[in-house]
Amino acid sequence: MDIIKIQGTDDTPTVILDVQNDIFQISGRSLPEDVSAFYDPILEWLREFAESSHDKMTFGFKLEYFNTASSKLILDILLKLEDMFENGKEVQVKWYYPEDDEDMEEAGEEYADIVDVPFEQIPYED
Amino acid sequence: MVDEQSFITSVFRFYKLMKSNEISLVYEGEITHDITKAFTALTETTMNKEDESGTTQRKVFHVMVECLQNISKHAEEVQSGKIHKEKRGVFLIHKDHDHYGVTTGNVVANDKVEDLRKSLDHINSLDKEGIKQLHKEQIRSGSLSEKQGAGLGFIDIVKKTGNPLLYHFLEIDETASFFIITSRIERIK
Repeated sequence: MDIIKIQGTDDTPTVILDVQNDIFQISGRSLPEDVSAFYDPILEWLREFAESSHDKMTFGFKLEYFNTASSKLILDILLKLEDMFENGKEVQVKWYYPEDDEDMEEAGEEYADIVDVPFEQIPYED
Repeated sequence: MVDEQSFITSVFRFYKLMKSNEISLVYEGEITHDITKAFTALTETTMNKEDESGTTQRKVFHVMVECLQNISKHAEEVQSGKIHKEKRGVFLIHKDHDHYGVTTGNVVANDKVEDLRKSLDHINSLDKEGIKQLHKEQIRSGSLSEKQGAGLGFIDIVKKTGNPLLYHFLEIDETASFFIITSRIERIK
C-alpha cells in the first residue's frame, strides 16, 4: 500500500500512514480551511487498508488541538477503525493527550464511549 | 469629508474605550481562514506575554476559532432589501481581571432569529451533563452543516468554558438583525 506522509502546519496535522514501518498516527493541530479535502484521502486510505489482507493496526492520535469541524472527521476515522475491528482485524486506538489538558482527555473519553474499539488513553508531559 | 477635529476626537475616544474595556483586538470586515490564523497567533503571543496558563490559552484559542468560523459560515448581509451570505462581522477580544471575553457580531435574517434564539436558550439551560449529552448527539448526527445555525460550535464553547453564551439581537430593519454573542473564558492561574 502507498504511504501517506503529510507534514503538519499551523492549521493541519502531521499524518503518517505507513504499513511497512507499522506507523499510523495523526498529530498536531487540526483546523483546516476545508476539512473534507484534508481528511478524504485519509479515509480513502483506511478504506483500502480495511479491504487489504493486513490484519493489524495501532492507530495513534496525538492532537494538540482540533476544531469542531475536525471533530466529526476524527469520528469518521474512528468509525472506520471500529468497522475493521468488527471485521476481525486487530485494531487498537491510542489517544495521547497533554497531562494538563482536561479537554483533550475528555474528548478521548467521549470518543471511546461512542466507538466500540480497544481504546487506550495515554497522558504525556507537554 | 469628515471634519478633522471630530475625527481625531473619535479616534481618541475609541482608544480610551478600548483601554477601559481592555479590548486587545477589534476587527470589522471579512472573516477568512487567514484572518482566523492571524488573530489566533496574535492572541497567543499576547497571552504568552501576560503569562496566562496553558489551560486559559487553549480555551481562548478554541473559542476564537469556533466564533470566527461561525461568522464565515453563517453571517449574512442585506443589500437592497435582499439577504445574501457575506462572511463579514465584528470581532473583539477583551478581558477583565478574571475572564477573557470573545465577542462577535454579524447580520442574520430576521426569519432565522427565532430558531437561533431557541437553540441558544436550550444550550444555556443545560447543565454539564446535559451539554455533554447534546454534544455527543450532535457529533454523531451525520452532516457538518447545521440547518438551524447554532450547532456544534456553540455547544462546544459552552462545554469547554462552562459559561452560558450572552447574546442579543438588535433589529436593523424588517429583514435583518445584528446578532451579538459573547463567550466568557475564566482566567485559570
